[in-house]
Amino acid sequence: MIVFNVRSTWTIYKREVMRALRTAMQSILGPVLTTMLYFVVFGAAIGGRLDSGMAGVNYGAFIVPGLLLLTLLTESTSNGSFGIYMPRFTGAIYEPLSAPVGVGETLVGFVGAAATKSLILAAIILVTATFFVDYTIIHPLYALGFILLVSASFSLFGFILGIWADSFEKLGVVPVLILVPLTFLGGTFYSIDMLPEPWRTIAMVNPVVYLVNGLRWCFYGSSDVSIGVSLAMTLVFLAICVGFIAWIFKTGWRLRT
Amino acid sequence: MDSILEIRGLTKVYPGGLTALQGVDLDIRKGEIFALLGPNGAGKTTLIGAVCGLVRPTSGTIRAFGEDMRTHWRSLRARIGLVPQELATDMFEKVIHSVNYSRGLFGLAPDPAKIEEILRALSLWDKRDEQIRALSGGMKRRLLIAKALAHEPELLFLDEPTAGVDVELRRGMWQQIAKLRELGTTVILTTHYIEEAEEMADRVGIIQAGRIRMVEQKAVMMKQLGRTEARITLARPLAQLPGTLNGFSVSLTDGGSELSYRGGDGAGGGKAEVADLTKALIAAGIDYTSLDIRESSLEEIFVDLLDGAEQ
Repeated sequence: MIVFNVRSTWTIYKREVMRALRTAMQSILGPVLTTMLYFVVFGAAIGGRLDSGMAGVNYGAFIVPGLLLLTLLTESTSNGSFGIYMPRFTGAIYEPLSAPVGVGETLVGFVGAAATKSLILAAIILVTATFFVDYTIIHPLYALGFILLVSASFSLFGFILGIWADSFEKLGVVPVLILVPLTFLGGTFYSIDMLPEPWRTIAMVNPVVYLVNGLRWCFYGSSDVSIGVSLAMTLVFLAICVGFIAWIFKTGWRLRT
Repeated sequence: MDSILEIRGLTKVYPGGLTALQGVDLDIRKGEIFALLGPNGAGKTTLIGAVCGLVRPTSGTIRAFGEDMRTHWRSLRARIGLVPQELATDMFEKVIHSVNYSRGLFGLAPDPAKIEEILRALSLWDKRDEQIRALSGGMKRRLLIAKALAHEPELLFLDEPTAGVDVELRRGMWQQIAKLRELGTTVILTTHYIEEAEEMADRVGIIQAGRIRMVEQKAVMMKQLGRTEARITLARPLAQLPGTLNGFSVSLTDGGSELSYRGGDGAGGGKAEVADLTKALIAAGIDYTSLDIRESSLEEIFVDLLDGAEQ
């Protein structure tokens, strides 16, 4: 029989969201401001001088999905990792571990809250972006689904990082040294088709290429990679994260001694 | 009396090879205060962690409320509370939010009246809107107790509840713990303040190097292992004990100027023997200027027991 404690889940979720609101300057305003600066510099200032646009879209509009994804990836990972790392660091993890909550409640509570924060960020970024660039979303429902999927997947990924990390340094290593470079090299500011061979083929190994192009398809109806492949890659990543977390809870790796 | 917790053959070997628990057998009775005493590293916290789900036992079984913890962990954990040794909580959170969180985490509906009752009992109600970091050390420790009580556990673990707490506050916490027992909560506390166990516990267990050395009613333990000690300062030093004192457990100390007695059974039997000893001294014409008599404390019993085990 599957037992799911809704009240416990809601309690974890609510607390995590409240924690983000308590630190709104850092967790919400900071990333929004950073993304806005990208829009101003690359979209409005530099993009305004690129008459031809990119892939048939005004350059400022072209970078909206990529920048949105950059924020989603880094913030989901950061929120997911911080949410579970902090109680581990302070020792407060004893409470959920000794409570009648299992992997389902813990994941939905912590990861759901992390994903929610990312979605709030995404909404704010999309609204404020309209002040700097003209963009459209051709497939809004697909875009919503894709944003949800990416937020959940990378919040799960962050959750794994938060359990793996045993220092604040390790907590920051993966987002800064891996995710940001992969996103910048994954077609955030350009079309992969612009790359000469063999760089184009090499770029296709970068998983973020599929995410950026998946979201770009939702916005403009065309991208370097088909939406089916993008979705499949994202779902595979999600499945790997869920499987790894199930293993963590089964073995107690870095949670229970 | 019914067992509320039955531990059988509990062993924990950490990945590095450290054996923290070695075949621990322990029964905790419903409604009692049980003090688990042991030196640092004896396995007290590991034992608590194994029951509360923080430590994965290597082998052995744990049954609480008659059910196996492994298979009925959800329903059983809901009835168990834990106050950890460390001040482990989100220091930026408000007191009231933190306690409400603990209740909700255990799946219970909000109950402001209950939370108010708990916070008032622990003298934290006036601090409910303060951030935890603003509380004093003693208040933080009481907050951890409030958090553990928020889901109204029937079995409460207190891991070194008064560590680092001043004497006055410690006594206040003892009163709170005694009140819990009156309400029917079973309390298991670990401590190395022997005075704490002596003051509160119904039964005492002594753990050393991962093994339970002894479990006994406190009064029985005191009676079995306790001793009366007396020091008689002699008016004139003696070179050797007179033959009339041969039947007493006495020895000459301090260069023959003091007569030391150690004997009895911890239940006052030694006092009668000391009275006989003084009569024997007077009969032998040995004068004395002072007499100091006392019963051995649980701490001395504890130290003697551990020393005996190590030898």
